[in-house]
Amino acid sequence: MTDPQAPANNPHADHDHDNGAAHGTRGSYLKGFFLSVILTAIPFWAVMTGAFKEPSTAALVVMLFAAAQIVVHMIYFLHMSGKSEGGWTLMALIFTIIFVFITLTGSIWVMYHMNANMMPMQAAADM
Amino acid sequence: MSAVPVTKDGEPVSFYEIDEHEHPEGNSTMLGFWMYLMSDCLIFAVLFAAYAVLGNSYAGGPSPKEIFELPLVAVNTAMLLFSSITYGFAMLSMEGGRQRIMQMWLVFTGLFGLAFLSIEMYEFATLIHEGAGPTRSAFLSSFFTLVGTHGLHVTMGLIWLVTLMVQVQKHGLIPANKRRLLCLSMFWHFLDVIWIGVFTFVYLMGTLR
Repeated sequence: MTDPQAPANNPHADHDHDNGAAHGTRGSYLKGFFLSVILTAIPFWAVMTGAFKEPSTAALVVMLFAAAQIVVHMIYFLHMSGKSEGGWTLMALIFTIIFVFITLTGSIWVMYHMNANMMPMQAAADM
Repeated sequence: MSAVPVTKDGEPVSFYEIDEHEHPEGNSTMLGFWMYLMSDCLIFAVLFAAYAVLGNSYAGGPSPKEIFELPLVAVNTAMLLFSSITYGFAMLSMEGGRQRIMQMWLVFTGLFGLAFLSIEMYEFATLIHEGAGPTRSAFLSSFFTLVGTHGLHVTMGLIWLVTLMVQVQKHGLIPANKRRLLCLSMFWHFLDVIWIGVFTFVYLMGTLR
């Protein structure tokens, strides 16, 4: 946290400047921006030049950079911290991440097995 | 049989608040808006899941590798990233009470957003012209739905941005306008976060396949 005045422990205190949302500074925005540029440029470079011979390695690296950039955006642009709104934004975020994880893995898992176990077209026609 | 419980003074005990206590205007807006963003996140999660499931079904049509132009996507990503930082600067000007400079940054944000949308429209038009429209295969249907939904969000954000600029011009930086600008700030940065997912999972990993 760069803002020492963030009303973390008393969300109902009278403060006229905002609603408990944290602020950034010029420095923090620029830091977030440059980190994002780097974290975007590297995966694009890796894919466009084919720096990784193995596509699965490249996919893993690209995904790691995306995860890192999402965290950078959350901290420097969306000003996420465990203290904003008395911790409720973080709770909502964690719930969403769990929900997203279940939705994505569940869909991919179930649909992959549906496809794998589906009767081939020819076999169905022979019956 | 049972008497109403009373305190020592003979007043009935209240187990809940009888009188509505005060709710300052806008006190919970930011948290409420965050809840909206999280639910919007679920919409995108479902669209990503649909793309993950259908993304390999080409139906004899073009594969991602054949139709995606990564340099164009890189420029698009840069546009959205620039619009994020200019919006951040607008928020800093807002906190400093510098209305004119804030409006200038918001204009830049809007122009970058417009550039992003124009490039996306160009990309979509090219794809449809090449016969790779949303009706061609399940892969392209889910692609157009996912990326199009994001584009629709950006369009809404732009309309919202212009509306707020007019509001600020008319009424100045009153608390209500500041609150609205902070909400749009979260919305705009949120769309940038979603775009990270789009360019990674759709474009970059599509090209790798």
